[in-house]
Amino acid sequence: MGGDYSAWRLLHRGWGLGGAWKPAWSKADPKKHYEVVIVGGGGHGLATAYYLAKNHGLHDVLVLEAGWLGGGNTGRNTTIIRSDYFLEASGALKEFALELWEGLSQELNYNLMVSQRGYVDLAHSDGELEAFTLRANAMLLRGSDAAILDRQALKERVPPLNLDPKARFPIVGALLQERGGTLRHDAVAWAYARAASRLGVDIIEQCPVTGFEQSGNRIAAVTTAPGTIGADNVVVSVAGQSSQVAKMAGFRLPLQSIPVQAFVSEPVKPALDVVVNFNAGLAYVGQTDKGELVMGGATEGYPGYRAMGGQAAIEHTAARIIEMFPFTAKMRLMRQWGGIADIPMDGNAIMGATPVDNLTLNAGWGYAGFKATPAVGWTIAQTVAQGRAHPLIAPFALDRFESGALIDDAGAGPAPWLH
Amino acid sequence: MIHIPCPWCGPRDETEFTYGGEAGDVMPALDGQSDQVAWHAFVHLSENPSGPVSEFWYHGGGCGRWLLVRRDTASYEILEVRDAVEAARGPKDDVER
Repeated sequence: MGGDYSAWRLLHRGWGLGGAWKPAWSKADPKKHYEVVIVGGGGHGLATAYYLAKNHGLHDVLVLEAGWLGGGNTGRNTTIIRSDYFLEASGALKEFALELWEGLSQELNYNLMVSQRGYVDLAHSDGELEAFTLRANAMLLRGSDAAILDRQALKERVPPLNLDPKARFPIVGALLQERGGTLRHDAVAWAYARAASRLGVDIIEQCPVTGFEQSGNRIAAVTTAPGTIGADNVVVSVAGQSSQVAKMAGFRLPLQSIPVQAFVSEPVKPALDVVVNFNAGLAYVGQTDKGELVMGGATEGYPGYRAMGGQAAIEHTAARIIEMFPFTAKMRLMRQWGGIADIPMDGNAIMGATPVDNLTLNAGWGYAGFKATPAVGWTIAQTVAQGRAHPLIAPFALDRFESGALIDDAGAGPAPWLH
Repeated sequence: MIHIPCPWCGPRDETEFTYGGEAGDVMPALDGQSDQVAWHAFVHLSENPSGPVSEFWYHGGGCGRWLLVRRDTASYEILEVRDAVEAARGPKDDVER
């Protein structure tokens, strides 16, 4: 597996010494049986495997990925990290994630290019700014950081922003989280894979799970093309395919899979040193170190499994980006892509126990899952190792839909296409 | 961009329509006899298939009618479109009208 990455090693290899770089993780051949089989090798699944091995000494772990590492939503999101949520359950989990992100490059010995450049949520009405103030207070009370910016402070923090009072949608202020920002998203998959692999976790790519062998109310084994693999515990962490995998295990989920698009512009010189979100119309933009503007918006508005999306959502998002930053009007889009977001009936994730005894679910992250990656891995790993829900994810239990204890940040009701 | 052939207006862009949810489950009876489990299944649980599914679409930018659309969520092909009210009434009522 090779040693740690360092500036010295980079220089050493640069001189052509020490041979070729070793693969970051091993290609495993599956064993007959594992203590834990994780279905889904995205950031969440790989983080779960890493923390199972590191925090709980469970090394007999297999991660099965249908595609390739970093090829799903982990490599398709707009790379934003933040914890600016109002509801306690939502905020506490993301705040824990943000704390973990802050030390993760060192811990995993992998440069995740974590850049806490600040995340600005624009308010377009007094009412919205009032709601942001409430949210900022909730964030401060849980020990996070938050600030409310008036128009003058906003002008200083985000100089290119269109603050014209005669704009189509005039801006009245903003919520700022300075610890929010961006990072290199696919490096998260690679870093967790490398760290987990070094701790003895097996990772198999291009290996979709085709079914479960059930015995009583338990899963005895997962079936794959290379063969049947026995499992004491199964974790399902498959984002957009959650309903399909749950169906194999015999239950339905309260969510729908809806595409979300993102796109990048041609690279330009540094113009934006902060991530900005048009909250009322949902369109967010940040600039990468390479100079491209990364943009995303709301969902396509109806379910689908094509990771593409249509022209309507691009126009909708671009209109708001140009409204915020008129200098972008003549920039060209360079690439566009979509991801399949599994969005629950209250818009919040579903984690923990399922109707099948030894199947732990991590689903329903919609298009909000990337920022939570380390906290999800940490808490799901503890949930599996200890056999009871980690306190931070207990509110996100699947049975909350039947009991009525919903966590609806947006207040949009049981309509995933509106979240 | 998908195009939905509205039975009243002809083929139109998706931007004229609003998605209105899966049309799979039938609403429990409002007679006070339906239990929480039935309502939970109706309100929350979803088939969410990767393939053909029946769903409601509202043609707000056109005739203002609710449509029952059979659509493939993997290929995005529109398989069948009917007026939702007529579909609910059934063929017998269609004849009477």
